[in-house]
Amino acid sequence: MITKRIIPCLDVKNGRVVKGVNFAGLNDVASPVELAKYYSEAGADELVFYDITASAEGRRLFTDILTETARQVFIPLTVGGGINTTEDFDRVLKCGADKVSVNSGAIRNPSLVRDAARLYGDQCVVLSVDVKRVGGEFRVFAKGGREDTGMEAVRWIRRCVDMGAGEIVVNSMDTDGVKGGFDLEMLNAVCEAVSVPVIASGGAGCMEDFVTLFKTLPKVDAGLAASIFHFGEVRIADLKRTMAENGIPARIV
Amino acid sequence: MIGLIDYGVGNLFSLASSFAAVGAEAEIVSDAEGLRRANRLILPGVGAFRDAADKLRATGLDRIVLEQAAAGKPLLGICLGMQMLFEKSYEYGEHEGLGLLKGSVKPIRDVIPADYKIPHIGWNALRLTRPDCPIFRDIRDGDHMYFVHSYHAADCADSLAAVTEYGGELTAAVWRDNVFGCQFHPEKSGAAGLSILKAFCEVAV
Repeated sequence: MITKRIIPCLDVKNGRVVKGVNFAGLNDVASPVELAKYYSEAGADELVFYDITASAEGRRLFTDILTETARQVFIPLTVGGGINTTEDFDRVLKCGADKVSVNSGAIRNPSLVRDAARLYGDQCVVLSVDVKRVGGEFRVFAKGGREDTGMEAVRWIRRCVDMGAGEIVVNSMDTDGVKGGFDLEMLNAVCEAVSVPVIASGGAGCMEDFVTLFKTLPKVDAGLAASIFHFGEVRIADLKRTMAENGIPARIV
Repeated sequence: MIGLIDYGVGNLFSLASSFAAVGAEAEIVSDAEGLRRANRLILPGVGAFRDAADKLRATGLDRIVLEQAAAGKPLLGICLGMQMLFEKSYEYGEHEGLGLLKGSVKPIRDVIPADYKIPHIGWNALRLTRPDCPIFRDIRDGDHMYFVHSYHAADCADSLAAVTEYGGELTAAVWRDNVFGCQFHPEKSGAAGLSILKAFCEVAV
């Protein structure tokens, strides 16, 4: 049986991991390569590297660390941040990324999803969506959640799947940072609408939140989180064990 | 030297890194001389069957792969590279493969329930139908590997080496003599995947 994936997300700025990280046994806690290795050994099923730099210099550092990570870490790597063109896809895929996540770039230019899927295959194109409730509907936000696009989220997601998006990361802005659990209502709406893998993001505060997620919504394929892993509040090895104990298919390393 | 066959399909960076990680010397080879010089060959591949098969033929390397396999050189096809070992594929039409193994490549939809998602993406457990397969030297039943595919090898009973369960049985690995294939990506399957690559490097010739 296919396992539910646990995916830590690393925000990278100027070649360093942003957000405090505190792990015993890591020499350089802000080194994306070190952290990626640590997570891989702990049983992470996949890693997301999110480039939050805007400068050309920061971008160069990002591809350097991506290359170095891909040299040392042998689980799937997804890269996001600043992906606006198929050239951006090309740039990160050459450095060892397996999948590329698009968000604002697809909102500005929806044909990016189709073009990239044709060039690299559906499995390579991950649509990431920041969603927030506005006036009783799920609304898509752009630019890291700063701009209301006015688009209804489920319709947008379905459109992108039709164009070739192979996976969807649903980030609920309503639950993000609250640590009160994933946004089950929003995720259910997306799962009912599409037949590609759905990755839940936003709201995880403890291991039980993942158990609730996968028990309540068996159609959700993966759970993504950042700070609870980085701060050591949830250890991936413990999480995998807890999932298995609760009858959720998990890969234990 | 492990020859990673470069015929213009996909990125060989992860594979090259994986072999470096298991202490093997790997080289990207893209001509007859390179393929003949290698002690073992990897046939990678991503994307659509037809494009990949066309590209392999356009480079003329298809004949060299057949020649080297016939000479007994260990050959490992990965993902689409494994599918190309078979006689034909029914992905968008009907296309000829290398014909090193008996069987054909068909949609996984044929064997899985309608409500299962396609592609089959993620980590799934192996059930070894041939635990004696040399590349499984350090693998046990239930070890997880990373899969990404919508098609798989069918009618391949005589080479089947491992299956994986996804609402039905999917072909996960194949083996006959010196020809090996993995539908999953050993180079993306953590320590278990690397152990398969290492065992392949040490398969007796």
